[in-house]
Amino acid sequence: MSNTSIKFADAAKSRHDFALIAKWIKPGAKVLDLGCGDGTLLGYLRDTLQVRGYGVEKDDANWLASMSNGVDVIQMDLEAGLSGFEAKSFDVVILSQTLQAVLNTEGIVQEMLRVGHEAIVTFPNFGYWRHRFQLIAGQMPVSKNLPYQWYDTPNVHLCTIKDFDEFCINHHIEVMERLVLTEQEPIHMMPNLRGSLAMYHLKPAE
Amino acid sequence: MSESSSIGIVAPQIAHFTEPLPLKSGEVLPQYDLVYETYGTLNAEKSNAVMICHALSGHHHVAGKYAETDKHAGWWDNLIGPGKPLDTNRFFVIGLNNLGGCHGSTGPSSIHPQTGKPWGSAFPVLTVEDWVTSQARLADYLGIKQLAAIVGGSLGGMQALQWTISYPERVRHALVIAAAPNLTAQNIAFNEVARQAIITDPEFHGGDYYAHQVVPRRGLRIARMLGHITYLSDDAMGAKFGRKLREGEIKYSFDVEFEMESYLRYQGDKFAGEFDANTYLRMTRALDYFDPALPHSGDLSRALAPAQADFLVISFTSDWRFSPARSREIVKALLDNELSVSYAEVTAAHGHDAFLMQDAHYHAILRNYLKKIKLGGPA
Repeated sequence: MSNTSIKFADAAKSRHDFALIAKWIKPGAKVLDLGCGDGTLLGYLRDTLQVRGYGVEKDDANWLASMSNGVDVIQMDLEAGLSGFEAKSFDVVILSQTLQAVLNTEGIVQEMLRVGHEAIVTFPNFGYWRHRFQLIAGQMPVSKNLPYQWYDTPNVHLCTIKDFDEFCINHHIEVMERLVLTEQEPIHMMPNLRGSLAMYHLKPAE
Repeated sequence: MSESSSIGIVAPQIAHFTEPLPLKSGEVLPQYDLVYETYGTLNAEKSNAVMICHALSGHHHVAGKYAETDKHAGWWDNLIGPGKPLDTNRFFVIGLNNLGGCHGSTGPSSIHPQTGKPWGSAFPVLTVEDWVTSQARLADYLGIKQLAAIVGGSLGGMQALQWTISYPERVRHALVIAAAPNLTAQNIAFNEVARQAIITDPEFHGGDYYAHQVVPRRGLRIARMLGHITYLSDDAMGAKFGRKLREGEIKYSFDVEFEMESYLRYQGDKFAGEFDANTYLRMTRALDYFDPALPHSGDLSRALAPAQADFLVISFTSDWRFSPARSREIVKALLDNELSVSYAEVTAAHGHDAFLMQDAHYHAILRNYLKKIKLGGPA
């Protein structure tokens, strides 16, 4: 194992959702990671599943970290769409905890399913009971998954699991698999109330 | 981390080639010289060579100085040297003057072997492909089978791209900076104005001005002034010169009144005193003609199908002559071929010239990318 492999394995330990995302990806798949940050997820997928892939990142410091970590990364703004990528040129397109910060939400999800055969979308569940309690108490929710104050949040399109399910139906998107987590534990009962992180494995409906 | 410093005193060398060079135009260059410089040491495996391709007015003197007293170092000295982003403690760096140039490689001002007079108008029109062929011969001459990297900005970036098509197995990494897959109509138009300025100068004499012992200075000067405007951004010019007057007041004359005019005239005069007009014509034509997608019905992805190198593509936000959109076309073609590619769009105010500037983020990109290049052999 190379030094970078150890680094990615270590970094991925703190991101339990990475291992769960990996379960939805076939070994050797071609992957596009939108908003790839410092490239940890792609590096982890490359080292564990031998995936081939590219990251997309807008931020200079994140871009540099990804590239320096040995991840191929394209600097561009997701809001402009994915016109630089051919239709169905990836097995899987990933949007990990970025959906809520995207302005053109409908556009980007449609672009993901144009460019990829499948998509993986993860987001913080706004319907989580702690968030609901904070609202009832009269304040905007602040939590581990939503660590921002209302005035400095990049999150502009927060949604609940119920909202996203409805979004998928209305946009002819098939939910292949769905996983809801709280503190890294899967939630099966009342996920929209008890779950803090939602993970969706999607493809265009037949 | 080691301190970065200048490569120090360097000296050019000349390689003479007797094997004729068939050109894309159909003409043949019977024999030629290439002037080049090298920095750093070629390792035993000959796996650490990096070649630098120059842009329109560049040459082989890329880094270092010829004498301590030299006012200026090589044109990309901020990038190349011990501990610099392109670290000469690790890499063996080669800079050369392209054929048709006016800094020592065979060009229009060189003596024609048959006539004993300068080539002048008889010197053939060269293409990016021709240059790359001659550069590969220089690599042969230096005993280098495969380059660790080919690096170029602007017209140099086009050469780097062409290397990956012409010699896919001979280049492991390509750094294509502020380049384009071909020139836009607007770019060709700028080049044509520059050429017209030279060709219509009464002292051009159809390109054979050497015999008359004159040079078309006025034409070359205007060509350079025009070029210079396009290499800068409106913002950069505004920040540097704005509407500043040299003497603080308007004089109702056509003399130099604005600082901008003074700068342009200085740049034009300086260039006209040291560059060859015939070379300028040929360099701009090589730019115009470059279009690797042309034989593939305009499909750049098919043109790049032979490429095997790993790519780093960089553009600059304020570069309107070789805009980020043009670099994205290159990136798309590389993605279509599933090649390894990273693409950075560097926020910079300096326009096209930004690729020569010492910007911290830009240089961090180059440093970290080059650091990742494995040189083989015992690590």
